[in-house]
Amino acid sequence: MCLRLRLLTLEGSVSSPFTRFSGSLTSFPFSVKPRIPIMADAGSVEALLQLVEKADGGVDSLDVASSIGVDHQVIVGAVKSLQSLGDVISAEQRSSKHWELTEEGTELAEQGSHEARVFSSVPPEGLPQSELMKLSFGKIGFSKAMSNKWIRVDKSHEGGPRIFRSVESIQDQVREKLLLVQRGAPLEEKDKNELKKRKLLAEVTVKSYWITRGSSFSTTLTKQETELTAEMIATGSWKDRKFKPYNFEAMGVAPDCGHLHPLMKVRTQFRQIFLEMGFSEMPTNNFIESSFWNFDSLFQPQQHPARDQHDTFFLSDPALAHDFPQDYLERVKRVHSEGGYGSQGYKYDWKIEEAQKNILRTHTTAVSARMLYKLAQQEKFTPVKYFSIDRVFRNETLDATHLAEFHQIEGVVADYGLTLGDLMGVLHQFFTKLGITKLRFKPAYNPYTEPSMEVFSYHEGLKKWVEVGNSGVFRPEMLLPMGLPEDVSVIAWGLSLERPTMIKYGINNIRELVGHKVNLQMVYDGPICRLDS
Amino acid sequence: MERGALCQLTVGLELDEITSEKEIISREQGDSKASGASDVILYKIDVPANRYDLLCLEGLVRGLQVFKNKLEAPRYTRVSPIDGEVQRLIITKETIAVRPHAVAAVLRNITFTKERYDSFIELQEKLHQNICRKRSLVAIGTHDLDTISGPFTYTAKPPGDISFKPLNQTKEYTATQLMSLYKTDSHLRHYLHIIEDKPVYPIIYDSNGVVLSMPPIINGDHSKISLTTKNVFIECTAMDVTKAKIVLDVMVTMFSQYCSRPFTVEEAEVVYPDGKTCIYPELAYRKEKLSGEFINRKVGISEPTEKIAQLLTRMCLLSQPTGAGDEIEVEIPPTRPDVIHACDIMEDAAVAYGFNNITRTTPRTYTVANQFPINKLTELLRQDLAAAGFTEALNFALCSQEDIADKLSKKISDTRAVHISNPKTAEFQVARTTLLPGLLKTVAANRKMPLPLKLFEISDVVLKDESKDVGARNSRRFCAVYYNKSPGFEVIHGLLDRTMQLLEVKPAREQGYHIQAADDSTFFPGRCAEIFVYGKSVGRLGVLHPDVIGRFELSMPCSALEMDIEPFLGHTAEALLTHDVPMRETIKHISSRQDKSYVEGFVASQADAAVFDAIRSTPPQTLQHLLRWYNHIKSFQMDRARLPATKTQFVLLNACPSSDHASDEDIDLFGSEDEAESAETARIKEQRLAEYAAKKSKKPALIAKSSILLDVKPWDDETDMSKLEECVRSVRMDGLLWGQSKLLPVGYGIKKLQIACVVEDDKVGTDMLEEAITAFEEHVQSVDVAAFNKI
Repeated sequence: MCLRLRLLTLEGSVSSPFTRFSGSLTSFPFSVKPRIPIMADAGSVEALLQLVEKADGGVDSLDVASSIGVDHQVIVGAVKSLQSLGDVISAEQRSSKHWELTEEGTELAEQGSHEARVFSSVPPEGLPQSELMKLSFGKIGFSKAMSNKWIRVDKSHEGGPRIFRSVESIQDQVREKLLLVQRGAPLEEKDKNELKKRKLLAEVTVKSYWITRGSSFSTTLTKQETELTAEMIATGSWKDRKFKPYNFEAMGVAPDCGHLHPLMKVRTQFRQIFLEMGFSEMPTNNFIESSFWNFDSLFQPQQHPARDQHDTFFLSDPALAHDFPQDYLERVKRVHSEGGYGSQGYKYDWKIEEAQKNILRTHTTAVSARMLYKLAQQEKFTPVKYFSIDRVFRNETLDATHLAEFHQIEGVVADYGLTLGDLMGVLHQFFTKLGITKLRFKPAYNPYTEPSMEVFSYHEGLKKWVEVGNSGVFRPEMLLPMGLPEDVSVIAWGLSLERPTMIKYGINNIRELVGHKVNLQMVYDGPICRLDS
Repeated sequence: MERGALCQLTVGLELDEITSEKEIISREQGDSKASGASDVILYKIDVPANRYDLLCLEGLVRGLQVFKNKLEAPRYTRVSPIDGEVQRLIITKETIAVRPHAVAAVLRNITFTKERYDSFIELQEKLHQNICRKRSLVAIGTHDLDTISGPFTYTAKPPGDISFKPLNQTKEYTATQLMSLYKTDSHLRHYLHIIEDKPVYPIIYDSNGVVLSMPPIINGDHSKISLTTKNVFIECTAMDVTKAKIVLDVMVTMFSQYCSRPFTVEEAEVVYPDGKTCIYPELAYRKEKLSGEFINRKVGISEPTEKIAQLLTRMCLLSQPTGAGDEIEVEIPPTRPDVIHACDIMEDAAVAYGFNNITRTTPRTYTVANQFPINKLTELLRQDLAAAGFTEALNFALCSQEDIADKLSKKISDTRAVHISNPKTAEFQVARTTLLPGLLKTVAANRKMPLPLKLFEISDVVLKDESKDVGARNSRRFCAVYYNKSPGFEVIHGLLDRTMQLLEVKPAREQGYHIQAADDSTFFPGRCAEIFVYGKSVGRLGVLHPDVIGRFELSMPCSALEMDIEPFLGHTAEALLTHDVPMRETIKHISSRQDKSYVEGFVASQADAAVFDAIRSTPPQTLQHLLRWYNHIKSFQMDRARLPATKTQFVLLNACPSSDHASDEDIDLFGSEDEAESAETARIKEQRLAEYAAKKSKKPALIAKSSILLDVKPWDDETDMSKLEECVRSVRMDGLLWGQSKLLPVGYGIKKLQIACVVEDDKVGTDMLEEAITAFEEHVQSVDVAAFNKI
């Protein structure tokens, strides 16, 4: 099964049994050379070696075949297997042209030319033409014999046309010439052409090997081992054995294992970065959120476009949230509708009905709000650093880079006296861990942060600044109603997990990464995730 | 203009791109279409969504010139008409049902050019899309005042009773006809829904019955403005009066520069149904005072007060140091409705300073990081499940009802699924209640891959849960499928065994896990088992029903496993971390009642000193904010004479109705309406403080509890462990609650008892527990605390 014969030795000849398989056989991805080295029978290999030993300067594989009396293919096989054993012989490919009888030519060489056979079929008393024509060679032989004037036709004979010999004896020159060719004797050009025209002869190209002794020539072969075995180690016999060389060009066998999803591998790295920086993970396992925590608590007004049906998934069941910290809710209502905490407020009619509406959270900041509120309920404020990486949902138009759900990465730091410079410093550290060192900040607008900054990094490939995240300082209108001390500042930033993953793994269509249309081959082939390299 | 230069001078905006019409068309539609398009250079600028003053070229240029000190910010003034005839807009009560608010103003002797006119129209459109929320909140109508005569009436009528010639039409239509006419109008059809279903439509007439407009849909043709219009009457009808005022202010401040008296706007009077009148536009300038230190501290810079005032002035916020310490008085013009808090002023200072010029610093916040326990468990499990030969999939949390019900041969009503009210497609009807359909769809999309396909996912599903504030909760699940020519139940079963090994649960009926035949319509009859862990069901595994396989467009047998992993969390204190918030506040917040850290403003002042004096003793620990303030003010004692005098923080030209929310509170610690603190008020305050403390002490105090995990080792290998446990559990104390327990091997066949308990810190100590348990000398050798966590 491991034959690796690729050579078609006889061009234009009838196909050999090997050529038919060679294509498929070579496609086996085995890294070792054929395990059965001697495919040709041992006899012909031995005979070949003996001939090579005797001959000075080498022998032709065709001569070997004819002198041993086997098909040339067998010798080619023997050459191949000897080559695989190392430098026993050296074989150089050559090609020669010679004339050979066709199938019809061979038949004629055996049985005589058609015209000769016609002549011998005609008895002295003659033969009706119709009888002659029934013979297989009749038609061709008749016209040839006629032109050679070996026979004549008596058309007026009673009982139809009848054929008679017109000479006593003939010489079958065609057959003689064919026999000459068969014996390998030379033939005149004119004769060759005539026989070729009659499709009795054909010129064929023969590929053969010129075989000479190799540097480690020997007529006695030691069998090469394919693999080291436990027995060889036990007996020490490996010391005396020769081992077949490996084919290091081929690929190895893929290990049988499972794989982690690329997006999750990137998530693991981001978690790692946050943990390295001392950030604690927030409990974001609540996809369903009330508008209150998702928007109102963040000082996002109730008419804000993000709260539109076109941007947010609302729930029909359970449609409303039923439990809120009542005191806090009152403070939130007041800061929206009237202001306070040093703010003018938005001065509109804040409605609990709007806050109650359940939605699929549009950002994990809803959980940050819950956590900050809980922090404010602590007896004593303690500084915190929080992070989360989890799913968020937007009822948006979908395209190659946007889905209705994606993972948001979020970092939050709350402490006394944090500055905008601190936010930029933390972002610098965070992005440095991602391998991004050139950062720039651009003013932006966000209802719950002031100042708000878009974070840009210089992309070496695109030769321009690209947005990598959003950041800001939470507004006092968000923090103070929660009950956090006035001089506590909370800085935060966010980015999506999918975008860096798509860049990292060179994926253009997000559907190939997330969701059931994932390309599993891509998952199988994915490298480990090192964000900073 | 050089690109870098503009980026440098950011006034809160960024030059996005320099391009031309030709470039845009060629990029979007190809070069051939672009030939003939304009080569004029376009500057694409990204304007923050709340900066309405930068939406038109007039405002943008004005902003840049002020920033570059080439122009002083203009002062916008409201003037009375020269002839004394104020334009009046009378609102009738019918509008209450449909669109109750309206404001108006007049731009007198304006000169339009083509560019100015186009910019004027464009600004209206941008405002309509932005702050006006596609005209639903506010709609702007502009009219040639010389074609109409006041007073104007804003009323509402049944659509059949309204008839006029709308803008750019040649004949009159009734409102009903108009609504059907505009159904096909690519622009106007988006606004029809705002009033379509109302019994009456809003409409504005002049004194001759000429229709000015039918807000928020269309203006009348009669009063349309043109390049030759000299006097413009602007009306804004609205659902929200605050927004209407802002929109009117923006319109008039931007275009009053083309009036014969630049930056003046002629007032108009609006008469409400109750007879009350208001003069518009408000054009209110508001003054705020803040300290240079506040800005330096928030931004992280240290600029002198004068420099900060200059920075703010360049941002069109006219500012000057008052001379009292580092105090700065900032005037907020009517063009900046986005400035509603001192932090907005701080941002402008930071923007003017340049974000990228601020030194990046590292906060010294010291924290110890914790992972969210369920995520930690998930991360660890995922690694080992991949090592077990299964490949991780990641599917959507949203799906169709069919996916979680019909396709799995289940009824949607039995799923406890949450339903989405506004899905754009069937893919987003529900949140998934099971991970299985996602994995089966992943298999279906990867049928070309070599078999077997072995997939898993650990992720959240969402279930309705009345006990949660929002009525739903997430549940962390583990799901795996094996898809091959044979069902491979043994493979999935083997994965369960491996998973249990990973989770340290032994195969055993009561003190471990086992599986037991179960009926489930998703699975092939007789090929489904329920997974029990410590006697509780956590999930199912089995060979899928051929119907299910078919519905997911699969053709081979498939076995699957799905189970909850939250039961394996263990009982550490960390495990109690949750997004649930307390619904009652146990601690009253002084600072939440009080806007500031200090009695007045952002710096300590004499007001603080006065209040400090009024409080005779250090406040109790329970009033932590008060205590913090007390200690802080105490630190000023040496310098108190130098503290600034009391003041009123904000001068509000346009004060909102004063909020007296403090009056309904049972305590008002710093009722600082009175500037000077008398001894009497201070005494009352202290009395109240005492009352409050007393009242608070009656409230159930927050009880400090701890969760303790004890290791109890038996006397010898012959000790009856069940007897031992019985003994331990027989220990009863006030504030002690025994929890789960399990037996763990120690070695040589000896097991120890691990038992959890929750104790109230004040009542039960670990010493007491140890003492009580070791008292059972016959059974107990030793007691150790394996884990101790504050709850």
